[in-house]
Amino acid sequence: MVLRMMISSQDIRETLGGIESLSGQVDRLSDDDDLFDKGLCSFGSVQLMLALEERFNIEFPDHLLNRTSFATIRAIRSTVTTIVEPVDA
Amino acid sequence: MNALAQMSALAERIAADPAPGETIPPEPILAESRLPAPTFAERMRRVAQVAALHADAVDRDGRFPAEAVAALRAERLLGIQIPEALGGEGADMSRMAEVCFSLGQACAATGMVFAMHQIKVASLVTHGAESPWHRALMQRVAERQLLVASATTEGGIGGDLRNSLCAVEAEGDVFAFRKDATVISYGAHADVILATGRRHPEAASSDQVLVALTSDQFTLERTSRWDTLGMRGTCSDGFVLAARDVPVAQILPKPFAEIAAQSMLAASHLLWSSVWFGIASHALDRARTFVQAEARRRPGTVPPGALRLAEATSSLQAMKGTIQGGLRHYEEAQGSPAALGSIGFAIALNNVKTTASTMAVSIVQVALGIVGIAGYKNGTPFSLGRALRDVLSAPLMISNDRIHSNTANLLLVQKGGGTFLGA
Repeated sequence: MVLRMMISSQDIRETLGGIESLSGQVDRLSDDDDLFDKGLCSFGSVQLMLALEERFNIEFPDHLLNRTSFATIRAIRSTVTTIVEPVDA
Repeated sequence: MNALAQMSALAERIAADPAPGETIPPEPILAESRLPAPTFAERMRRVAQVAALHADAVDRDGRFPAEAVAALRAERLLGIQIPEALGGEGADMSRMAEVCFSLGQACAATGMVFAMHQIKVASLVTHGAESPWHRALMQRVAERQLLVASATTEGGIGGDLRNSLCAVEAEGDVFAFRKDATVISYGAHADVILATGRRHPEAASSDQVLVALTSDQFTLERTSRWDTLGMRGTCSDGFVLAARDVPVAQILPKPFAEIAAQSMLAASHLLWSSVWFGIASHALDRARTFVQAEARRRPGTVPPGALRLAEATSSLQAMKGTIQGGLRHYEEAQGSPAALGSIGFAIALNNVKTTASTMAVSIVQVALGIVGIAGYKNGTPFSLGRALRDVLSAPLMISNDRIHSNTANLLLVQKGGGTFLGA
């Protein structure tokens, strides 16, 4: 049996709320806003990756550790989903 | 051939050999260099000769290496990176690294000017290909051998590349721009300046774009003088850079964050490191000549400096391998934004910079120790004062501590499992 967990935008937003460089902005972000344009810095993006790994008990493989995987709320949701919901064999 | 003719031939050969202090034709930085060697090597050699001839005056007077840059133009090396379709030669990073290495041995300031110019051109080539205005600019760079400079540092921000205070103020199809740039290397001699600024006056400090301004559009008001320990010829004065009524088409279409990550940081670390490798090689060449002269004077003994020379040669080889590895990594990642934007790539390139800059300083210091007073004194065939002063800039231009902090942050999420022979 494959463990299934639905990841919602809200889950991602809650995690983003803890990132200092985006503080106070999360409620105003759309799912497709570029987070780097909204002030997410290199340090903040690593803090975000760490917070997501902790929250969803996952580890991002190196090939997903790039700007595109974390550029928007939608992209993050998709990145996290590919790890917690691997395609059935 | 009679004895007289033999002697005369020998005298000619000796006359043709470079005297100590002159530039020795550079060996390629990549052993398996793909260059059609003779013509390109010859062009590089001619520029390096001019650069070496004026290097001491450029350093002493803290002036722009005008003769060497004129030679770069005459040999059409400023446009080599531009794609062939736009009038350039489509040179890859390794080929430019060769030029940096060659110039670094002759006149480090000229090498650094060439490196900084090509770093800006790399951003145009990588991120401007889709923009008609920037394609036309690339054509002009190749055709007229324009010199491109950079305005990224700013009063109140310092060396933090990824934040700006100034902003593009657009009105209709044109924009105004004003930046208190604490450093614009060779700004007063530039035909084009690429400057960072916030996308619009309300944008976050990290929401930056890169704008291309031409010398008929911008004004420069000098605010500080570049009077430094070394690298004196880069003339990295401070200026207020201002332009009005600039077409918005001159803003590069990609966010600066992407430009910085995908072309600028990698090109900077690789080309700067190649200049430093040139300085270190030059210093060690002098040390080797010194040790060999000692050995000839006292046959049957190994001069005391020989051991240090052996040690430093091993460091130089390691430094070369590090830069070559970085060049290969970069060229393998070309065309893949995912590879260029990956954390592993950023860490690898950061490490090239910190390793090369640290080793370069140490190698020049060891070379000075071998040569002794003859190296400490100016105006001898073994002088190393300029090389030492120049190379001391290496760990400071983007401070190694800043780079280590950045790497430390990235290492919090990087996973292991790399291969030995792959990237």
